[in-house]
Amino acid sequence: MSIQANKVLDAKGLACPMPIVKTKKAIKDLEPGHVIEVQATDKGSTADIEAWAESTGHHYLGTVEEEDGLKHYLRKASDVESRGENNHQKVVNLDHLQQKLDGHASVVILDVREPAEFAFGHIPDAINIPLGELSDRMDELNKNEQIYVICRTGNRSDLAAKKLSEEGYDHVTNVVPGMNAWEGTVEEQK
Amino acid sequence: MAQTMSTTELAEKIINYEETTILDVRNTEEFDDWKIEGGNVEIINEPYFNLLDGVESIGDKLDKDKEIIVVCAKGGSSEMIADLLEEAGFTNVYSLEGGMKAWSEHLEPVKIADLKDGGELYQFVRLGKGCLSYFVESNGEAAVIDPARMIDVYIRFAEEKGVQIKHVLDTHLHADHISGGRKLAEETAGSYYLPPKDATEVTFNYQPLQEGNDIMVGNTQVSVQPVYSPGHTIGSTSFIIDDAYLLTGDILFVKSIGRPDLAGFAEDWVGDLRETLYSRYKDLSKELIALPAHYTFAEELGKGGQVSARLGDLYEKNTGLQVENENDFRKMVTENLPPQPNDYQAIRETNMGKINPEHEKQKEMETGPNRCAVEG
Repeated sequence: MSIQANKVLDAKGLACPMPIVKTKKAIKDLEPGHVIEVQATDKGSTADIEAWAESTGHHYLGTVEEEDGLKHYLRKASDVESRGENNHQKVVNLDHLQQKLDGHASVVILDVREPAEFAFGHIPDAINIPLGELSDRMDELNKNEQIYVICRTGNRSDLAAKKLSEEGYDHVTNVVPGMNAWEGTVEEQK
Repeated sequence: MAQTMSTTELAEKIINYEETTILDVRNTEEFDDWKIEGGNVEIINEPYFNLLDGVESIGDKLDKDKEIIVVCAKGGSSEMIADLLEEAGFTNVYSLEGGMKAWSEHLEPVKIADLKDGGELYQFVRLGKGCLSYFVESNGEAAVIDPARMIDVYIRFAEEKGVQIKHVLDTHLHADHISGGRKLAEETAGSYYLPPKDATEVTFNYQPLQEGNDIMVGNTQVSVQPVYSPGHTIGSTSFIIDDAYLLTGDILFVKSIGRPDLAGFAEDWVGDLRETLYSRYKDLSKELIALPAHYTFAEELGKGGQVSARLGDLYEKNTGLQVENENDFRKMVTENLPPQPNDYQAIRETNMGKINPEHEKQKEMETGPNRCAVEG
């Protein structure tokens, strides 16, 4: 699968600890919320990157194994996510969304995470418009439809929901907490 | 630049019960799965990636003038952390050369005994995996039992001793490590013996081990008497050397007993295992010294590196031999088993000659603990 990243780091041919040392350096210059692709050939790097991300608060998205090596995806920790307050009026929880889906209601799920996060697992038929692109791509959405906005933890989706309602989208609901707690069906990008 | 320590130096420290302080900088999941144990080892874990910005977090836990051996997966990260520790004022820091990968391959020869007619018996302890192999020599000839994949070690040892390896034996078809048996026999032009019942699917020629067919090592009376002892595998065979040493393979260990499930026939083999442990072995002399093919617990490694026990003592202390009720026994060895060894199916197929993974792949297949035992 091809996954979009904001930055690509080549750590191929390097043995431990260099893939992590380089990733650590590269992620400093990355914007919060952006995604880095780390290319590596050291098999031990997968477990290390995942454990390192967990200890630093960055978000490990996943690893794609290809013939010529590994591609790890990490998203830099962002302040937005630690904000912890929701301002958009209409909020539902994951169970509510699951019931809607089970009832075959015609709903639009808007996933505002980064494409790489989306690629490693999203609700089937969800539309992906990252928060940062929402202003430019808003016209892809229909103002009259029921739109459920989701992200990883409920904060980016809150910002997106507010932005949409300001622009006259009246049927927008924020789904909380988000994909990190979603236990329903997920689909991976092929 | 911090100094390095070889696996041999570390092994000596451990088997001699010297005070050994290890800082393992692999990630915690790997550390919890498998680490350096035994002797007088004190070990702490702090992943290297948590130390790149400063080693203060472990500064409190470790004495700056104490000898500290830093260990990682392959030796790269430990070197970097050892340097950082030196910069932070630590004075006696080493990085283990080759890391856990090299540690997994290290074989430490430990003398068990002089034999009656002038020969010697050695145990090769694979400290990183808990595998034990044996080297019997007498009058210019040698037999190697359950050799590991690193066959050069036995070949060099034979050269140093001035003896020729004539016989190579496997007590059973191994599932936790790749046997060096066939290759060692090829290299030394010796014979390779396997229990025929474990060898029904092998793709190469071998000499069948059969009860009553003694194998002579040298001209003296060092006889290896195969004792059919099924249970861990259907063909498992034990050897009695010099009427004094019982090589139990994976049937009986110092503190535990063999698991019968690694070929998928736990239910079928549990009866054989019971029969071997509670009747066949019981009829043997209590004075025999049991020498297993594995150890699981650090305490099993005695001072000097020996892993052994008097058979009579095992019947008093080994919890796996104290289960009177047959149903309780069945339950113990078929339920709540530890996880199966890494890649055990591929290892079995390699040992049958069905697949031939490249060298690096073989190393990888063997990484991790052996997990061949059931604790009573």
